[in-house]
Amino acid sequence: MAYTIEGNTGPWEIVVGLEVHAQVISRAKLFSGAATDFGAPPNSQVSFVDAAFPGMLPVLNQECVAQAVRTGLGLNAQINLTSRFDRKNYFYADLPSGYQISQFEHPIVGTGVVEIELADGSTRQIGVTRLHLEQDAGKSMHDQSPTKTYVDLNRSGVGLMEIVSEPDIRSPEEAGAYLRKLRSILRYLGTCDGNMEEGSMRADVNVSVRKTGEAYRTRCEVKNVNSIRFVMQAVEVEAIRQIEVWESGGEVQQETRLFDSARGETRSMRSKEDAHDYRYFPDPDLLPLVLEQSWVDALRAALPELPDTKRARFISDYGLTPYDAGVLVAEQSTALFFEAVAQGRDAKQAANWVTGDLFGALNRTGTSIETSPVSAENLGALLDLIADNTINGKIAKQVFEEMVATGAAPAAIVEAKGLRQVTDTSAIDAAVDAIMAANPDKVAEYRSGKDKLFGFFVGQVMKAMAGKGNPALVNTAIKAKLG
Amino acid sequence: MSLDPAAVRRIAKLARIRVDDAELPVLAGELNSILGWIEQLNEVNIDGVAPLAGAPGMTQALRADVVNDGGYPEKVLANAPDREGDFFTVPKVVE
Amino acid sequence: MISDFTLAGARAALRQRDVSALELTNHFLTAIDTLNPVLNAFITVTPDLARAQAAAADAALARGDHGPLTGIPLAIKDLFCTQGVRTTAASRILEPFVPPYESTVSANLLRDGAIFLGKANLDEFAMGSSNATSAFGPVINPWTRAGDNRQLVPGGSSGGSAAAVAARLALGATATDTGGSIRQPASFCGIAGIKPTYGRCSRWGVVAFASSLDQAGPIARTVEDCAILLGSMAGYDAKDSTSANLAVPDFAAACRRGVKGLRIGVPREYRSDDMPAEIETMWQQGLSWLRDAGAEIVDVSLPHTKYGLATYYIVAPAEASSNLARYDGVRYGARSQGADLIDLYENTRAEGFGAEVKRRIMIGTYVLSAGYYDAYYIRAQKVRSLILQDFTNVFAKVDALLTPTAPSAAFGLGERMDDPLKMYFNDVFTVPANMAGIPGMSVPAGLDANGLPLGLQVLGKPFDEETVFAVAQAIETAAQFTTQPSIRAKG
Ligand SMILES: [Mg+2]
Ligand SMILES: [Zn+2]
Repeated sequence: MAYTIEGNTGPWEIVVGLEVHAQVISRAKLFSGAATDFGAPPNSQVSFVDAAFPGMLPVLNQECVAQAVRTGLGLNAQINLTSRFDRKNYFYADLPSGYQISQFEHPIVGTGVVEIELADGSTRQIGVTRLHLEQDAGKSMHDQSPTKTYVDLNRSGVGLMEIVSEPDIRSPEEAGAYLRKLRSILRYLGTCDGNMEEGSMRADVNVSVRKTGEAYRTRCEVKNVNSIRFVMQAVEVEAIRQIEVWESGGEVQQETRLFDSARGETRSMRSKEDAHDYRYFPDPDLLPLVLEQSWVDALRAALPELPDTKRARFISDYGLTPYDAGVLVAEQSTALFFEAVAQGRDAKQAANWVTGDLFGALNRTGTSIETSPVSAENLGALLDLIADNTINGKIAKQVFEEMVATGAAPAAIVEAKGLRQVTDTSAIDAAVDAIMAANPDKVAEYRSGKDKLFGFFVGQVMKAMAGKGNPALVNTAIKAKLG
Repeated sequence: MSLDPAAVRRIAKLARIRVDDAELPVLAGELNSILGWIEQLNEVNIDGVAPLAGAPGMTQALRADVVNDGGYPEKVLANAPDREGDFFTVPKVVE
Repeated sequence: MISDFTLAGARAALRQRDVSALELTNHFLTAIDTLNPVLNAFITVTPDLARAQAAAADAALARGDHGPLTGIPLAIKDLFCTQGVRTTAASRILEPFVPPYESTVSANLLRDGAIFLGKANLDEFAMGSSNATSAFGPVINPWTRAGDNRQLVPGGSSGGSAAAVAARLALGATATDTGGSIRQPASFCGIAGIKPTYGRCSRWGVVAFASSLDQAGPIARTVEDCAILLGSMAGYDAKDSTSANLAVPDFAAACRRGVKGLRIGVPREYRSDDMPAEIETMWQQGLSWLRDAGAEIVDVSLPHTKYGLATYYIVAPAEASSNLARYDGVRYGARSQGADLIDLYENTRAEGFGAEVKRRIMIGTYVLSAGYYDAYYIRAQKVRSLILQDFTNVFAKVDALLTPTAPSAAFGLGERMDDPLKMYFNDVFTVPANMAGIPGMSVPAGLDANGLPLGLQVLGKPFDEETVFAVAQAIETAAQFTTQPSIRAKG
């Protein structure tokens, strides 16, 4: 069932395209040798090139090119062996040269596709129009003084990949799924850290609405939204706003808008609107960028396994459900952790432990898979203790909590706390006898046909054995003695 | 294609150059005489010709991803007409 | 007589210790003191720096350490950023700017031992053909017409470089050429100058005018002096991605090659009805000198060359409009106050730029603007393609071309200033080489009826400056141009 928003005139479909600016992971800037680290003192990572001093010239960073190509390959996109850099001309305090070097006519990456998975288990293909390389601007701070704007150029010239989607997205959920998937791919590739809080991934959200079957109506661009949740909210509130405009007999104006997360609304950015005419033209300081097919092939050969492939493999090789597989591959580190646990063990059981107990523990302790108190090796060892009947499943939960708290190896915890499973049938028989003796009435009821009481006996026996009885042996013994 | 004073004002605005209203017609005249002369290019047959942006036949060499520049905020700021600490400053921008 | 030294001659004298670098430097500094108030060839003179460099050069020479230019005093066009020395591009907007870095070309000269006397005047941001657009006042040509002491322009934009060298205020100078800014002033001032192939000299640290056309080169009194200077200025620079990764040939040796067996093309389209007869005569004279020296003269056609100038006045302003956007009063240079940021920009740029620069920024902004880009800019790029194709075609048949450098000799200060178009026609013969990126050299060939120098232009194949030097040397040898300008340093 397609997502629609119900207006006074009936259902409206929404049409969304995303322009994602992803900061390239590189040591140096796109066209200069200055560093890219986040949070450095003001203007300390600025070369004369970044500050557009007279006579300074850009020289393209090869690693940024490689990162764009890797990303293109990861998006199943066409790699353009010849591309070019253009200047986008406009004046702003944090744009030192008065132009941004970008790729307008001939981007380095052409059309590609991102597959998204939705909550109902379905998947959709979202088209990627292009990916191009461009420079980031500096940072203007308007809140430092009542009369002045402060300008820090540390970010000026840092490499960005602008990844433009087709207007294929049809719901807030799809917008969120697209961004999560894109971020996951970028992180797998190591081409962008996807950290939206630090601004290394930001989205411009193009939204329009229409009645089913109509051509596209006018769209608005909501600029620089900096979290996935906000993107989903922005899509929704902007769509609702546009529906109200259309339904009240008005016309949506194409414009740039800002998402105000505090008020949950978008508003017009008139300041950015003043007659923009970017006068794009080829940057005469930069000759055409020509790549060798063999170089692209070498980058392709060195790509890591990406989430889609990994997910398919987890389903086919480990027999996981599509849902579990999707959860496990979202982050490369999680997938690696899982595989280390699952290796040579019951994979479904491993998946349950990772997505259930481990994720729960990480959440509770505010840690991540990278800083997990329980190593993959120890979690695997815990599963081994269950498999070889050293402990039962219930005790395993207890051991796991101890592992979370102390980081200790499960065998050590089992030994120290005497949690070994009891498989000695005479000890089990004795425990069963004692419980039967203490509950003659229940024994009688059971024998007269009240089968449900079987669970009562299991519980009592296990309790008497401090949870350490082998569940199968306990069952067998109770069955035999109750007759 | 002839420029009137309003068009000249628009261009001056794009180029961020203040032009007094009185200067507009003079500038329009000068620019139109140059643009009119440039129109001679319309007689050239350019069918099927690829545009040439710059240095023919060359492609660009790339730089290794090495940090070897920056780290000198004082030099970057030494020529600044106005600064506060290690920031450049401009009149407050209201967004 | 220090004033009579060529660069090569001074170098020999320095190496033989006939003269010290300090003597040489002091001589030129004194000459500048005397004549710069008349000629205005320098915006900034750096006597202390020059003397310190001279002392270092003398110490090096005493050690027997002979760099290619050790002890040679030069003028540096004020478009090259010089570390710690104000660099203005002859614009108010850069009047207070002191670069914290040295341009690659000037650094190469310092590496080879050169001494910098100061920063030479130019047209503002190198936009002009008369040096009249400088915010620091016009440069005066050291030449005057016979029996007429009215002041003449030195040509431009490298007018200060040309005037300084012609008046013997320096042994040589750096210059830049975007549409003829080395060759036309060299022609007007009776000296030699070469615009090398695009990519031969690094553009790093040179204030940009039109990036796809700008090229640095030397101005000096002789062809050989130019060859020596270019040998130091040129070379691959990883900081300029349009720099050519090629070894620098021995240009001075190429001057001695001769022209025997060379095929010299005469582009028939350079001939026009309104060309002064004496320029046509000079051109024919040049061709016959080359024929006498053993070259074969071949008629060739460059059918699109006449569109070079109109193409240039789209491409160069377009690039300039973008290149000059950085002069906004925020990070360096002059700032005019404004109520808000836009106001600050508009006031800074209105007060900081002169009329010609503003005109070109406006033209450039217009031809790139929405709706006009294809009609102007893309069309110009396609015509540029055809101009290059013309040269490629003729260079399959000839080794070099010979043309006049400029359509006239130096004109009077104040003439041709009323109409920008009249000024633009100065570059009609020089611009095509910039459009195609090929090397071009002006060499003095004789005098017109008024006693003013006229230059001939040698155009060569890309990265074949050696042939250009050989041909220019043959003309210089045949021309025996010995007349000196009326204003010059003596002693
Ligand atoms: Mg956008
Ligand atoms: Zn962008």
